Amino acid sequence: MKVGVVTFPGSLDDVDAQRAVGIAGHEAVALWHGDEDLRGVDAVVLPGGFSYGDYLRCGAISRFAPIMTRVIESAGKGLPVLGICNGFQILTESHLLPGALIRNDHRKFICRDQLLRIENNRTPFTSAYSEGQEVTIVLKNGEGGYVADEHTLDLLEGEGRVVARYLEVNPNGSMRDIAGVCNERGNVVGLMPHPEHAVESLTGPGTDGLGFFTSLAESVFA
Amino acid sequence: MARVVVDVMPKPEILDPQGKAVLGALPRLGFHGVADVRQGKRFELTIEGEITEEILAEVDKMAETLLSNPVIEDYEVHVEAHSVAEVAAEEGR
Repeated sequence: MKVGVVTFPGSLDDVDAQRAVGIAGHEAVALWHGDEDLRGVDAVVLPGGFSYGDYLRCGAISRFAPIMTRVIESAGKGLPVLGICNGFQILTESHLLPGALIRNDHRKFICRDQLLRIENNRTPFTSAYSEGQEVTIVLKNGEGGYVADEHTLDLLEGEGRVVARYLEVNPNGSMRDIAGVCNERGNVVGLMPHPEHAVESLTGPGTDGLGFFTSLAESVFA
Repeated sequence: MARVVVDVMPKPEILDPQGKAVLGALPRLGFHGVADVRQGKRFELTIEGEITEEILAEVDKMAETLLSNPVIEDYEVHVEAHSVAEVAAEEGR
């Protein structure tokens, strides 16, 4: 599969995401924020980092980048889109995902190997996991506190749209320990931890993150 | 040139870690009696020409679309004669 990885000015993890896509057996396609062409990709990853310097609000400026018009349009037609960290923030600012991400409640940047539970394995990015599987994935964020109103949180839980939840510690004050959510259709997934940093045992806590990228093939051939 | 100000504040139910940090710092500096601090943003928009109802409606749209995130923030649009810099200059700061 061809998986597009968008680079915004200030993206940090685009190259790692491209690498993870390759290790998972797909072809990574570099996409530029200023382009309006998705170059025929089968899925899109919005990587982590500090796009546009986090000016105004994290993801607020990126959301209006020319490529995002295409991403939003295609996501509406079912294109699988994964937003990691800053990518998750861009997806909430785009209203492709509900809620928002605010500064960590403890006000410090956090970087740790985080235990998660995969609660929804019916998305194009989580089908390689079993429901309830516990995985360790790198988390690094300053503004990762997931917030939404009670009604939205109940709706997400009721529809099984909490994709991943923090276990053992809540690292950033996220409501109901939410680490990742998906849209109603399930094709758009936002995740605060970084699976692209957990695909090789040499440079991460393990390879638990690889499933986010191998899932794509399984969901297509399923 | 006319000026329109947009004030953006975190919604009351949204945690404001920055405001909390400021609140914690005040007593350490000897300032007492502050019960709460909420930190927001102020945008000063310099408008070409006169301010009309249409312009205010347009600014309202800007505030809703870009300047604030309605999921976590409230905003208020108002016309103001002076910028913060002009007021500070007048008071000799």
